[in-house]
Amino acid sequence: MSLWEYANPVKFIRTTDKLLPWLWIAAVACLVIGLVWGFFLTPDDYRQGSTVKIIYLHVPSALMAINAWMMMLVASLIWIVRRHHVSALAARAAAPVGAVMTLIALATGAFWGQPMWGTWWAWDPRLTSFLILFLFYLGYMALWEAIENDDTAADLTSILCLVGSVFAVLSRYAVNFWNQGLHQGATLSLDAEENISDVFWYPLLVCIAGFVLLFIALVFLRTQTEIRARRTRALLAREGQA
Amino acid sequence: MKALLYRDLILSVRAGGGFGLGLAFFLIVTVLVPFGVGPQTELLARIAPGILWIGALLACLLSLDRILALDWEDGSLDLLATAPLPVESIVTVKALAHWITTGLPLVLAAPVLGVLLSLPLPAYQWVLISLAVGTPALSVIGTFGASLTVGLKRGGLLMSLLVLPLYVPTLIFGAEVARRGAEGLTVQTPLLLLAGISFGVIALLPFASAAVLRINLR
Repeated sequence: MSLWEYANPVKFIRTTDKLLPWLWIAAVACLVIGLVWGFFLTPDDYRQGSTVKIIYLHVPSALMAINAWMMMLVASLIWIVRRHHVSALAARAAAPVGAVMTLIALATGAFWGQPMWGTWWAWDPRLTSFLILFLFYLGYMALWEAIENDDTAADLTSILCLVGSVFAVLSRYAVNFWNQGLHQGATLSLDAEENISDVFWYPLLVCIAGFVLLFIALVFLRTQTEIRARRTRALLAREGQA
Repeated sequence: MKALLYRDLILSVRAGGGFGLGLAFFLIVTVLVPFGVGPQTELLARIAPGILWIGALLACLLSLDRILALDWEDGSLDLLATAPLPVESIVTVKALAHWITTGLPLVLAAPVLGVLLSLPLPAYQWVLISLAVGTPALSVIGTFGASLTVGLKRGGLLMSLLVLPLYVPTLIFGAEVARRGAEGLTVQTPLLLLAGISFGVIALLPFASAAVLRINLR
């Protein structure tokens, strides 16, 4: 029994089929509980008023936007090293989800920034690097779409993902250098002295769990779709020859 | 390698206007900016370093598809790949040739165009230096983008989408050097970081470019 058994598409589909209903239930439950708890059962912040509640969408989506790219990076590495097709397809499946997460983080940030900072957008390092991350997602997806041969596409996008990761990190530090921040620093660190108050922290934790589960469920589902689409194409091609 | 470099240089100079095109584009961009933002000298002087950098970057981007596309079309890229030269050297030479035919003229033209934008006097040397240090990185990163999209029809737009985010760090540090130089501040930190990026991509990115080129030639 090893992890690599799931590189077999049949095995992957069978296992994820069993897991998916539970994942959906857990994700929806976490999101409903977390959001209801966060939106209706927590007090308003003494300075930010009720706008503080956007944190329950903003933080988890921002977290997943970065982690989705990390997952694509790992999947790309696995594809390059071990050439498991499921891995390449999972990376492909994760990209649109990650892009949407980035968009959600940017949009909710703008909605919060309008009343709080008095502007929808500021060229703040964090905001800017998220915009750049979004561009990376766009380029990655566009490259997948543009190449006809599946294996070539998987190879090229994997290398783009590796190179892109390095440049994304570089950009992150470059924009830090370029402009001073308006965005608050991290308040969720486990080791920091001054953190977010527990009242907001627990529902936020539930929301983050919900987003993680939602992401996993979506990636499983989309990977299954990719596998089945490829299988259909192979069958059609075989029939065409006969 | 020398023969390949020589061949690429000759080809880009003699074959149909590729050589002056980037330079002409650079000129047009810098001429258009005052039309767009108005002819006030102070405003132009303030944004001049950034405009020169953006113009150089766009001119560089415009000429990227010429690095490999022509060789791909007539099949000489396949021949080069089967030659005893490693693919890594081929992409490095291609990037070098691109820099000599596009980057270097841009660097040399920048001070002349700076006059049009009423660039402040202390900024000239820093614009020149930052472009000289930064444009090799643009060529090398661009070669990576060109290798990624070499097999595609109408890959030009896609290549812009892929390459421009990769240009961000270089642009930030390069424009920062030029801006600080214009305002008389110390430029050491961004200049060192810019040089770091340049040397880093020159050392490492040819391996990635060669890998994707091999995949595309498969």
